[in-house]
Amino acid sequence: MGAKKLVFGLYNDEEVLLEAVKSANAEHIDIYDVYSPFPIHGLDPLLGLAESRLHIAGFIYGMLGTLTAFLGMSWIFTKDWPIIFGGKPYWAVPSFIPITFEVTVLFASIGMVVTFYIINGLGPGVENTYLHDRITDDKFCLAFDSDKMTNADAEQFFRKTGASEVHEKDIK
Amino acid sequence: MSSYVSPIREPLVTGSKTYHDITEDLVSPTEKAPAASWVIGFILSISALAVGLFCIAWTIWHGIGTWNLNRTIGWGWDITNFVWWIGIGHAGTLISAILLLFRQKWRTGVNRAAEAMTIFAVICAALFPGIHVGRAWVVFYFFPYPNTRGPLWPNFNSPLLWDLFAISTYFTVSLLFWYTGLVPDFATVRDRAKGIRKKIYNLLSFGWVGSAKHWQRWEYLSLVLAGVATPLVLSVHTIVSFDFATSVIPGWHTTIFPPYFVAGAIFSGFAMVLTLMLVTRKILNLQDYITIAHIESMNKVILATGTIVGVAYLTELFIAWYSGYVYEQFAFFNRALGPYWWSYFGMMACNVITPQFFWFKKIRRSIFWTFLLSIVVNIGMWFERFVIIATTLARDYLPSSWSYYSPTWVEMGIYIGTFGLFFTLYLLFTRVAPVVAIAEVKHILKSSGDQYSGKADPGHHHVDVQEDPNFISYLSGSSFDYAKDKDGNLSYATVTKDTSSTAAAGTAKKSESVTSSKPDDLKKLEGIGPKVASALIAAGITTFSQLSETAIDRLQQILDEGEGNFMGNSPESWPEQAKLAAEGKWDELNDLMDRLDGGKY
Repeated sequence: MGAKKLVFGLYNDEEVLLEAVKSANAEHIDIYDVYSPFPIHGLDPLLGLAESRLHIAGFIYGMLGTLTAFLGMSWIFTKDWPIIFGGKPYWAVPSFIPITFEVTVLFASIGMVVTFYIINGLGPGVENTYLHDRITDDKFCLAFDSDKMTNADAEQFFRKTGASEVHEKDIK
Repeated sequence: MSSYVSPIREPLVTGSKTYHDITEDLVSPTEKAPAASWVIGFILSISALAVGLFCIAWTIWHGIGTWNLNRTIGWGWDITNFVWWIGIGHAGTLISAILLLFRQKWRTGVNRAAEAMTIFAVICAALFPGIHVGRAWVVFYFFPYPNTRGPLWPNFNSPLLWDLFAISTYFTVSLLFWYTGLVPDFATVRDRAKGIRKKIYNLLSFGWVGSAKHWQRWEYLSLVLAGVATPLVLSVHTIVSFDFATSVIPGWHTTIFPPYFVAGAIFSGFAMVLTLMLVTRKILNLQDYITIAHIESMNKVILATGTIVGVAYLTELFIAWYSGYVYEQFAFFNRALGPYWWSYFGMMACNVITPQFFWFKKIRRSIFWTFLLSIVVNIGMWFERFVIIATTLARDYLPSSWSYYSPTWVEMGIYIGTFGLFFTLYLLFTRVAPVVAIAEVKHILKSSGDQYSGKADPGHHHVDVQEDPNFISYLSGSSFDYAKDKDGNLSYATVTKDTSSTAAAGTAKKSESVTSSKPDDLKKLEGIGPKVASALIAAGITTFSQLSETAIDRLQQILDEGEGNFMGNSPESWPEQAKLAAEGKWDELNDLMDRLDGGKY
């Protein structure tokens, strides 16, 4: 990603911000992103964000875990080192169920969490430029790309929609 | 407000908090020097931990012979403590996962600390089998990995190995779930910190910025993790119970064990959460976030699971009699009337009778009684595991092997050590991380905050103008003339152009706000939402007294001319409501609002 200049307004309330996003949509202004201290319900469709596919990834990781555990135990106890335990058959499917279940959950969870951090570009040691110190506190931020909107237009928009502050900042 | 909340629901956040108040209240414990009580607690915990480490070292150096285990009594305090700690570790993931799926909003006040307790309790639990194996330095032989001994694999048919998988998975998933919830809150701490603290929290917060897409994925991740953690949490104690239930020991090989162990685990887990949260909320002043409503909800869970446990005890007795199987009958006769009768009595008294007190609302809502009974439950649940393990093993099939087990100082020392470990970790946690999930509490504020459900103390309704020192708008040197009321709602007045410096503008505004009327939060009145409020402000009506003097026709005109569709809004009652608000008659206003229907007579 190249350097980018953002012009952004800070709102004091998420309901005011939602109205502002609606006005931006009505005026066909491209929104760069919205930053908030907590998830705002009803925002995703306004920003045109597609449903996350994280759960599909989770299902695939889980299935991978199921197969690893079940096929692994089956191979070990029928091919690699067959032993009779307590008169059970070598391929004692019911007693493989608990471990198969646990490994399924383990793979799904680790896989999803790692995927989550990678696709979001987050992780230990990651330095992201954050726009304002109070976005994680009590400010709701609506950001526009400076290339697509003049500062005067942006300021007028933010003033009209009830932002309390307007700033601009370069991000990586 | 934004969503309908039943009037019988109690508020979950009290004290009319704004978003910023929440940040201040929950982050400040990590920023201030620790309280004296914290330091004393920490010294005690570290001392207990030192005792435990010494006893563990003693065990490893001299061998398991330093414990009072023998051929028939292969499990004693070690496995009792293991099962007890695992049980305590069940509340955290239950609160965060199952209550998330059931959309129980009260979980937000307690989930963070409860999940931390889960993780610490599982660490304490895992210690016991780890050293009980004797040669603790080759404990990794448990795991199936291609090795040079054959390869020699563990026995996948063994419930002990299932247990290893269950507990490792439980620990890992709980840790991931907990940390993912912590990341946005660490970012909040980071953005307030300076110097080295900022660097540390920058590392911990993984570069979180709060982007809309990140939040969307974060919510998905939380939900799906909750979905997989729900069967997981139920599976863990089920599998722990398999350690007993798949054996051929009378008193152990019963099919009731899995559900009864799970209920018992949740029972003891909630008791421990209550014990610790009651202390934490007092020391860190979290009474507005962990309210009596939270405590009552947890006590209801204790009542439900405690009753299940009680029924299970009685069912066991009935089945032993009904089975006609003499060994089973003897096992239960021996438990109740044999040499360990005192532990059976303790278990029955603490676990069957104690939770029944929570049928009384007064006791459910009493901090004193909750604290006392939660400790009694913890003791009772320890007795339960001791009864199951020690009394059963002390009476073998062969009377020649019968014996009486009591622990040595080494076994007691290790148990004390796990308390030290648990509390040391917990106390460190309260210094490093916000003990209540900040983002999640903010998220439920508008549906569960007392000021939004009209249950706030009317004294909180007065409106202050706060000058925001962070207010800068440097793009063209202009500033927005705005004010924020106590609830953090924006009630901006007319927009002014001001080319003077921001500091000067600030002073000017301050003096102005003293002389002229302060803007009020018009949204407090029934029938006025954020949109209507902004339309009124745009028309120059910013205070209750101005609104009370405005004619209804004029108000209708403002609505008709304003942006947006105000077809449903009728201003007929607004001047009357505003008059009461301007005069500070909040009780009368509340009565009036009760009679009104969406602001209409």
